Amino acid sequence: MIRDAFYETMPREDLEALQLRRLQAVGERVYHLVPFYRRRMDELGVKPEHIRTLEDLQLLPFTTKQDIRDNYPYGMFAAPLDQIVRIHASSGTTGKPTPVAYTSRDLDTWSELMARTLAAAGAHRADIIHNAYGYGLFTGGLGFHYGAERLGATVIPVSGGQTRRQIMLLQDFGPTVLTCTPSFALYLAEVGQEMGVDFPHLKLRVGVFGAEPWTDGMRTEIENRLGLDALDIYGLSEIMGPGVSVECIEAKNGLHLFEDHFLPEIVDPATLSPLPPGEIGELVITTLTREAFPLLRYRTRDLTSLNKAPCQCGRTICRMSRLRGRSDDMLIIRGVNVFPSQIESVLMEIPGVAPHYQLIVSREGQLDNLEVQVEVDETTFSDEVKQLQALTQKIQKQIKDYLTVSVKVKLVEPRSIPRSEGKAQRVIDLRQQ
Amino acid sequence: MKVEQISVFLENKAGRLAEVTRVLGEAGINIRALSLADTTDFGILRLIVDQYDRAREVLKQKGFTVGKTEVVAVEVPDRPGGLALVLQALAAAGINVEYMYAFVQHSGKNAVIIFRFDNLEDAINLLQKQGIHIYTGEEVYRL
Repeated sequence: MIRDAFYETMPREDLEALQLRRLQAVGERVYHLVPFYRRRMDELGVKPEHIRTLEDLQLLPFTTKQDIRDNYPYGMFAAPLDQIVRIHASSGTTGKPTPVAYTSRDLDTWSELMARTLAAAGAHRADIIHNAYGYGLFTGGLGFHYGAERLGATVIPVSGGQTRRQIMLLQDFGPTVLTCTPSFALYLAEVGQEMGVDFPHLKLRVGVFGAEPWTDGMRTEIENRLGLDALDIYGLSEIMGPGVSVECIEAKNGLHLFEDHFLPEIVDPATLSPLPPGEIGELVITTLTREAFPLLRYRTRDLTSLNKAPCQCGRTICRMSRLRGRSDDMLIIRGVNVFPSQIESVLMEIPGVAPHYQLIVSREGQLDNLEVQVEVDETTFSDEVKQLQALTQKIQKQIKDYLTVSVKVKLVEPRSIPRSEGKAQRVIDLRQQ
Repeated sequence: MKVEQISVFLENKAGRLAEVTRVLGEAGINIRALSLADTTDFGILRLIVDQYDRAREVLKQKGFTVGKTEVVAVEVPDRPGGLALVLQALAAAGINVEYMYAFVQHSGKNAVIIFRFDNLEDAINLLQKQGIHIYTGEEVYRL
């Protein structure tokens, strides 16, 4: 369902005119209110009035996560603290978190975009939404929460953890929509199976899963095990939180990016030059309406491509392909670029291979080694050594064929790969230790 | 004529075998025969126990990957050339032995050997024709 037909199905010409007006306003705002941007723009010799067309976006400076860290904690805020009503922060894998601020209008926009997102997933007022994204500094929990309330649905604010208790609530409260990370959705399926829960007979109809890259193979697995339609959602706290883009239930073919609020570009992560539509590169986003935390050309590190063709659902806003990984997750194994999501695609194509895997990268002398750990379950297990060796060889061969890199495949006992109740840790890189 | 064997996937790390035997022991299950096939990364433990269903249940509960295979328990004369006699008969008929292992205890004067064949029915027919004694499942679990 389309919540806001005016913006979501706008003719592209009108949309681009709107984007330009909003971009010009953002240029003015950051130049006058954020010393960091004034300095950067002065260094490049750019003034807000130089933005005359959407192509002039190229004149503006990029922003990285490091820039936000360098201005810790409040240096990037474009509104005084008395207008700021909330602060979220993204997890800092390296020390300090990166704080993000919201005015009350920012929260209003976010709630509206999350309501659009849930509507695109087919949710409506009569739905009960089981929200298992973490509540707190992380934007996932509260983002979904406010969107669900804006939509008028019933929200169960479960947050993360306490898996068995969540399964009890899924059975007793009868939610129709599940929102969590895809790895947690699978974990729910696994624990539920152990508890003898028949998921396809629960009332769950649709799941909106995000906050980590996942593949179409994983979608099929989740849909079969939980008996629902699984949709991909994208967002990041620096930009706003969840609700930047989402798949529609009609097509499940690309994530509709709310272009009236975010201006996307795809660039080559190495050269930063723009890439034509359809090519995979790093997603760069300029916020068009943020008051407290506007960002120019923020480098998301997420790899995707854009498609501006209208969708069968009627939306004219562009679509992102499913994430192909992160430019900073890229492993270089003996000179070959490898993304964990590529390994996942290969594994999911092999019947019986469980969706839980982990990649261990190590170095022996000057050589990088990539070990792929895969859990053995009853469908792949055999009492004969040669059968299990054939399985490891098959996985090795398919990875080699697809990625041109030789890996070691290690079969491990079920449950030996740690389960996540948040984001799954797919890669353990021992080279940095 | 067939005996049910449990197989368990084990990672090659300290304490896994001890854990299987502890779980079975605590459930009051007696191991009648076993063999362990090992590779650098993993092992496959094969077991004949006195309570097949219960063993499978407790191991699965503890999160082990458990498989089920049908094998044949053959009585072999406990004297020089006893096993050779059985194997020669199988070889002559072109029946391949996937693996085999000996029973923990003797039954009277003779040894009991567990065989895993690709083609179970053919192997049983052949051995019976040769007058070689095959134990039933019930006999084996009670041995």
